[in-house]
Amino acid sequence: MTADFLILCALLLPFTGGVFLSFLSHAPNARESVTIVTGFLLLAVILTILFLFQTGSVLELKLFSIGQGGLDIGFKVEPLGLLFSLLASSLWIINSIYSIGYMRGNKEPRQTSFYFYFSIAIGGVMIVAFAANLFTFFIGYELLTLSTYPLVTHKRNSEAQRAGRLYLLLLLSTSTLFFLPAIFWTSSVASTLDFTPGGILEGKLDSLSVFFLFLLFLFGLGKAALMPVHFWLPAAMVAPTPVSALLHAVAVVKVGVFGILKIVIYIFGIDLLGNIAEARWLIYLPAFSLLLASLIAMMKDNLKARLAYSTISQLAYIVLAATLATKLSLVGGGMHILMHALGKITLFFCAGAIYLSSRKTLISEMDGLGRLMPFTFAGFLVGSLSLIGFPLFGGMWSKWHLVLGALEADQLLIVVFLMLSTLLNVMYLLPIPFRAFFCPLPDNALRSSRIQEAPLACLIAIGLTSFSCLFFFFFPGCVLDLMNMIEMR
Amino acid sequence: MIVSHLPVLQVVVPLLAALIVAVVRSGTVSWMVTFLVSSAMPFIAFALLFQLLSSGPFTYEIGGWVAPFGIEYRVDFFTCFMLIIVSFICVVAVPYARLSIASEVSPGNQPFFYSLYLLFITGLFGIIMTGDAFNAFVFMEISSLSSYGMIAMGRDRNALVAAYQYLIIGTIGASFYVIAVGLLYIMTGTLNLVDISERLRDVESMRPVLAAFVFLFVGLGVKFALFPLHLWLPNAYAYAPCFSAAILSGTATKVSGYLLVIFIFRVFGVSFEYVTAPVISVFFFLAVLGIIIASVAAVFQDNVKRVLAYSSVAQVGYMMLGIYLANLSGLTGAIVHFFNHALIKSALFLAVGSVFYRLGDVHLRNLSGIGKQMPLTMAAFVLASVSLIGLPGTAGFVSKWYLAQGALERGMWPLVILLVFSSVIAVIYMGRILEVAYFGEPSSSSVNVREAPASMLVPLWVLALSSIYFGFDTRFSVGMASKVAETLLMGSG
Amino acid sequence: MYFPDWFIVHYSYMITIFLMVSSLYIIVMRSNMIKKLVGLNLFQTTIYLLYLSPSKITGGTVPIIMYDKPGAIYSNPLPQVLILTAIVVGVATLSVGLALVVRINEEFGTIEEDELFDGNV
Repeated sequence: MTADFLILCALLLPFTGGVFLSFLSHAPNARESVTIVTGFLLLAVILTILFLFQTGSVLELKLFSIGQGGLDIGFKVEPLGLLFSLLASSLWIINSIYSIGYMRGNKEPRQTSFYFYFSIAIGGVMIVAFAANLFTFFIGYELLTLSTYPLVTHKRNSEAQRAGRLYLLLLLSTSTLFFLPAIFWTSSVASTLDFTPGGILEGKLDSLSVFFLFLLFLFGLGKAALMPVHFWLPAAMVAPTPVSALLHAVAVVKVGVFGILKIVIYIFGIDLLGNIAEARWLIYLPAFSLLLASLIAMMKDNLKARLAYSTISQLAYIVLAATLATKLSLVGGGMHILMHALGKITLFFCAGAIYLSSRKTLISEMDGLGRLMPFTFAGFLVGSLSLIGFPLFGGMWSKWHLVLGALEADQLLIVVFLMLSTLLNVMYLLPIPFRAFFCPLPDNALRSSRIQEAPLACLIAIGLTSFSCLFFFFFPGCVLDLMNMIEMR
Repeated sequence: MIVSHLPVLQVVVPLLAALIVAVVRSGTVSWMVTFLVSSAMPFIAFALLFQLLSSGPFTYEIGGWVAPFGIEYRVDFFTCFMLIIVSFICVVAVPYARLSIASEVSPGNQPFFYSLYLLFITGLFGIIMTGDAFNAFVFMEISSLSSYGMIAMGRDRNALVAAYQYLIIGTIGASFYVIAVGLLYIMTGTLNLVDISERLRDVESMRPVLAAFVFLFVGLGVKFALFPLHLWLPNAYAYAPCFSAAILSGTATKVSGYLLVIFIFRVFGVSFEYVTAPVISVFFFLAVLGIIIASVAAVFQDNVKRVLAYSSVAQVGYMMLGIYLANLSGLTGAIVHFFNHALIKSALFLAVGSVFYRLGDVHLRNLSGIGKQMPLTMAAFVLASVSLIGLPGTAGFVSKWYLAQGALERGMWPLVILLVFSSVIAVIYMGRILEVAYFGEPSSSSVNVREAPASMLVPLWVLALSSIYFGFDTRFSVGMASKVAETLLMGSG
Repeated sequence: MYFPDWFIVHYSYMITIFLMVSSLYIIVMRSNMIKKLVGLNLFQTTIYLLYLSPSKITGGTVPIIMYDKPGAIYSNPLPQVLILTAIVVGVATLSVGLALVVRINEEFGTIEEDELFDGNV
């Protein structure tokens, strides 16, 4: 009973909050308080669920049975989803605080609809996180696509329209052309779609079919931005920065990789994937994406574009973890969802803060800005180091597990790839804070202009996320324990 | 006493009301009578369903003449399902009609419009209920003739030409149906559907039976708008008053499809291998072509009503796929799509009608910025579009799911590719409309446009929300459809 | 069966088919809307023939039961009844069609489809 109630609360809170705040378009303060209060309520609910889960309760909720072949709507709490929902809900609060500073500072129009669609998107994330089967997952996945479209096209100009078209078409067409047939296929083979520990396909498909089905899933979950279906992500960067920060560094893209992890663990089962030689070849797909995206990121001068390509490369880490299909790599993949989210949201917050204060989007124009905005660039440095996987920062642990996982799977070449890409990470991320701190300001005109730190709300957000990057280096145990609770078999 | 006559009341009440409405002078009064009659229809349909649930399928003998000499009305799950579809669409849409029709049809003609409308649903209910092949033809002509009138009353003068063309093609289609019935009568000596199917056992391999089936398929295919017999449809929907287009798209094609399914599985069911299967295969390939061609054609239309019309042709192709598959999942998919598509397409046409009511035009170029002017109408349009595309959690998805299941059960995975491919094209043609509606700047003609009145918004939202609701709660839609498919397939097994 | 015999047995069908095809030809090829309707009506009439010709039984008589002649052969009355209905339907269709043509003539000033679709009007 309590389980039903708690899960329903977690699912419905964002929607209720969204509907509620849409009536408050004339009272901005009340509207934003609603957002933040909803965020805290959601976090409280999810922490309660976490507590219950760790004490060993099984939390399940079955709603509808729609049709044969496993077409049910059901929710079930499991460690990976719990981590993901925890991450999304806590970052939603921080991001809302940041949004207040950013949207007001930037005098953006249509702020109510911004907060409204944001809440709906978070609702979609909750559906995805707690989904007990592929169909429920798919509903949340598509809801997220649709609800983020108005956010991507928030500016309503022709550039936003073009980007939005690419965004919607690419995400919807990958999901209908690849993901949906994959679901049809799974259902017709296994006659269920439930996420089951150990998988549901064992012994039901020959190895070549497994290979193709997995391929369909990898590209069908276009949100994972595996090359070559990654084009939507750079396009989505026309959105206001808070959207890029939470949705296109955390929620949306993570839904893709989270889905792939869940499909590997609960649909295929790691035994099935690990033992099929054909499936091994798929490891090189994300490995390739990893390097290529890093290389492209190095060439981008636009800060948000560089961060977008960096995201593509970091997502490939998680997909790589999924394709390796060993216990350690999957733990690493799960952790990387968290670590990358914290690091990348910090970077995006900083990018937004820089834009807000100086209207600068190009890296080459940011020389010396660090002296005017020391706090922002310090946050940027922390985020970068965590993404690189530097010791003292949380990002180290997930990469550590990934390397261990690759070794477990005897994929030495992958270890080389991982090391190489870390080097590339250093090369495309660190120059930004270094230039900001050590290069001289380009001309006097700029010095005389009054560039200063971003609004306090933005700085608080940056401070919180950079602090958590540090925090998880010293206390990785809480995440690791949760990840180790995943029933792989 | 009256309960035992419910089957015939479903047909006779609108027929008599049509006469009354025709002599009324005032549009409002005629609308009120229409509304009263239309609201009675679902009650009768549900009463029949309850009777059916308690006592099983039953028949009603017109005038007390016993079948096969007299005409009998048959009430079974398929009948009830179709009755509920048609009566539900009607009762929801009629409140919408008052303002919409008042703006598109001259006051003097309004009573005639409502009279035609009542005759139209009389015909549909008659086709659904009757168990007599020739009686079905008479009802088909009643509904067709009144639909020609309903189309011709459109504000655009091209509506006349569209109605004329539909009259020519539609009459040829109906005549083909009569030829088929005549040939069957020559071979079996009866017109009662059950009787025909029993007597066909003895003559199934004879050539006139095959000829009859071909004539039947082509004839009903015209009314069902099967590709390539759909040519009347885009013009008819585009120029008809919006309310007529909504009703026609929701009900008329579905009822023809119903008759086709009845003939394939119930009448010719026993001779499935010899007679029906080869003919259906031909139409199956045409349906595949139709899905692709009509979907692509929809992308290039300028008039939003025409986009929806072409999309209807593609959706009819879906239903044809399910009929071709002829297994439980596939046929369930086709029949449940009768219901789901009726909801979705009617909702879309009502939304377009609301825009037309305010703007007087639904060409894409004039719609720019309408999303800001009419937020509620366009929000409903978005919901229905999502359902048309068939994203998960919508009614459209449920139909597609069953069709895909049926295809995979028969190992025809290319059909799954076709299904998802046409969904992507649907994203494009619906997205095109929405992009203009939400991103364009309001033009000079649309800048003063306000939200549609409540009497139009409520029906629209009821249909749009139910096109989402039936994506979650499928106990009624899929429950009925699978029961129907089961009984139909038992006949042909 | 020799051809002459075969023809005598089936000639009514031959006529029906000939009329049917020629009426369809009229509908498709004529551009004048009235002529199309004439074709359509002819087409419907051929269906009456299709129904009526097999209903006549050689030696059959009016289907009124004659008790004084047991074993009499009666012609089937049902096709007559059906065709009576079909004639009514046909008349209704024709009148609706003609009414539409009148309205088209009022609106466009022509009833030639060629001219209508050329966009000259």
